[in-house]
Amino acid sequence: MALFASVDEVSARLAETGYLASGEVATAVFLADRLGKPLLIEGPAGVGKTELAKAVSAASAAELIRLQCYEGIDEARALYEWNHAKQLLRITAGRGESWEQARADVFGEEFLLPRPLLSAIRSEHQTVLLIDETDKADLEVEGLLLEVLSDFQVTVPELGTISARHVPFVVLTSNGTRELSEALRRRCLFLHLDFPDEELERRILRSRVPALEESLAAAVVEMINALRGMGLRKPPSVSETVDWARTLLELGARTLDESVVADSMGVLLKHRTDIEIAHEKLQLPG
Amino acid sequence: MSTGTRLVEFVRALREHGITAGPSETIDAGRVLEVLGLADRERMRAGLAAALLRRGGQRAVFDQVFDLYFPLGIGAPDAHAETLGQYREQLAEALASGAASELTEAARTGVELFGAVDSDGGFSAHQTLEAIQPQTLVAQVAEAVASGGFAERLARDTARRRVAEFRERVRTEARRRIAESRGRERIHRHAVTPSAESAELLALNAERLAALRRTIGPLGRKLATRLAARRTHARRGEIDLRRTLRRSLSTGGVPMRPAYRKPRPNRPEIVLLCDMSGSVANFATFTLLLVQAMRDQFSRVRIFAFVDKTWEVTELFEATDPDPARIAERVRSRVAPVASLAHSDYGRALGTFLDWYGDAISAKTSVLVLGDARTNYGSPNVADYGAIVATARAVHWLNPEAESRWDTGDSAAGAYHALAPMHECSTIAALTELVGRILPV
Ligand SMILES: Nc1ncnc2c1ncn2[C@@H]1O[C@H](COP(=O)(O)OP(=O)(O)OP(=O)(O)O)[C@@H](O)[C@H]1O
Ligand SMILES: [Mg+2]
Repeated sequence: MALFASVDEVSARLAETGYLASGEVATAVFLADRLGKPLLIEGPAGVGKTELAKAVSAASAAELIRLQCYEGIDEARALYEWNHAKQLLRITAGRGESWEQARADVFGEEFLLPRPLLSAIRSEHQTVLLIDETDKADLEVEGLLLEVLSDFQVTVPELGTISARHVPFVVLTSNGTRELSEALRRRCLFLHLDFPDEELERRILRSRVPALEESLAAAVVEMINALRGMGLRKPPSVSETVDWARTLLELGARTLDESVVADSMGVLLKHRTDIEIAHEKLQLPG
Repeated sequence: MSTGTRLVEFVRALREHGITAGPSETIDAGRVLEVLGLADRERMRAGLAAALLRRGGQRAVFDQVFDLYFPLGIGAPDAHAETLGQYREQLAEALASGAASELTEAARTGVELFGAVDSDGGFSAHQTLEAIQPQTLVAQVAEAVASGGFAERLARDTARRRVAEFRERVRTEARRRIAESRGRERIHRHAVTPSAESAELLALNAERLAALRRTIGPLGRKLATRLAARRTHARRGEIDLRRTLRRSLSTGGVPMRPAYRKPRPNRPEIVLLCDMSGSVANFATFTLLLVQAMRDQFSRVRIFAFVDKTWEVTELFEATDPDPARIAERVRSRVAPVASLAHSDYGRALGTFLDWYGDAISAKTSVLVLGDARTNYGSPNVADYGAIVATARAVHWLNPEAESRWDTGDSAAGAYHALAPMHECSTIAALTELVGRILPV
């Protein structure tokens, strides 16, 4: 069953949750839902990849299930695991019975620990499955994802095959630290999420920091874009724009001036050399 | 032409530009058009990109081909301006407003007024921009944009950014007009700018170079993972035959317990020797930064640079954060203290390297030479290169020139190539592939 009736509805409902989607993003979300394909989102840090999945979940009232990937994550963490401790307890408790009986029992639902992938497949309701920072996981896990995302079913040898009642809306994110396999990419619709244009970024600010005055918001966005054009190692992202705007509010600034910018630069830029370059180009003191 | 046929041709054209969408992607793209309809062109563009692209760097090429195959179909605009002066006034206003629609409009008018190169539908973005000279409007636009206060300092940047955006729109519009009048199949082959990764390293402009620099970090990490994988692989499998046989003596000659080779105790050492003269400096810098980004894969990386004499510049790269945009300048000012910048002298460079830093090379070092082997008709000093090759564990030469040009003019590529492998390395894609393959583990 489709979550959204049109691209415009995607934009509108996401906006209600506070997420401002470009036409490009709204179209990709709409298509992922309609074609029933996972959406792979790549892009620099802090441009709203994770946030988009959360917003889709909020907008469609579908539970968000999150698989956070990291180096060394394995099937037991991603798919399911047997609760061995509980199984042992059960076996020792039932001393009298035959092994056949015991086995039928300890490999039942009660002793299964579902992890995010299995939870999403088994869910009674529509879910949004967020597979976050997929590029951190090892290649074997990618194989596992490929299997699960191909037919949305999981085989637990002791229990049989479990098929999804509702195909989850799947979002995979990646920062591109490792190239994902071609096979996995081919399973997905692809969205490259980049820094928003000026107009959209001003709207994001209005939504995230409503107390910020319009004229200051415009100056903030202009400044951020100038910084992004300086060839820095780590140009400020949307999350820095939002943080900086909040900092400016807290400092009680009504306009940008030399000392306010110099004082709050640390919120925007993380590398020492980046800060030096910005100081020089903006002719800040010190 | 039916939508289906056009889609298939579109996918084929993408393929010719290195975007390999297969049958399943094409089917997805068809479903995309079905679901979205054809009414909204920008949605179609976004939808087809989602179905057909697999990575971010492909988007610029995709957009250009899309514009050719799904053109706006609007013909020539009404052009209101009568003189160049009037047109530039209108353009300045559009630039000051910064609104996308106004910039597009200005680009369309500009190409119509100044871009026609012949009467049968030829249009040139270059000619248009030469006539308009939008960069000379920066000061005027900056003044109009400046809102007073601190943001004033950014006005010039903003104006410059908008001018760059305008130029891009002029290029798009010129392509569109040509396609309209001449048919897209004929023009997509030469009118589409290749993606940065497949662009010629020797012909990059500042803008694209900056775009490339941002890819160094991720690229370095990717290559590092690849090397690490090769290393674990190399360490596991290898059976030490001699030790296995010796062991088998205690089991009557039957090799019951295979002995494995001990992993190499130390990570390899890398020496980079780079030509920093004008023509190849970009290539060398890019490669240096790339190797530097992978430095924890090696026990030691030493970097030497030359124009006519060789100097060690390792410590310039060891700063916590070498700034990619400036490092080339700093290296160059180090190696060419006098203004004798332009000409590289390979013979002298190799000689001074051996004299001053000869001890940098041992049987544990792998050497990468980066340069075009153009000696400016001086001696290539093959003897000293031979001495390096004889001492080092391995030597590879990465040459940014196409192999077809080796040994033409003052190139001594062949003479060096005879002593150790030389690889053509004219694009980032080729460079990445090579670095991943030839670096030792
Ligand atoms: N389109 C948007 N609308 C509203 N807020 C946004 C938008 N894009 C980004 N943000 C803001 O930016 C913040 C950072 O986004 P998020 O954490 O999703 O980034 P990310 O791309 O997942 O980064 P990382 O790669 O570091 O995980 C969010 O908390 C949100 O406040
Ligand atoms: Mg995230």
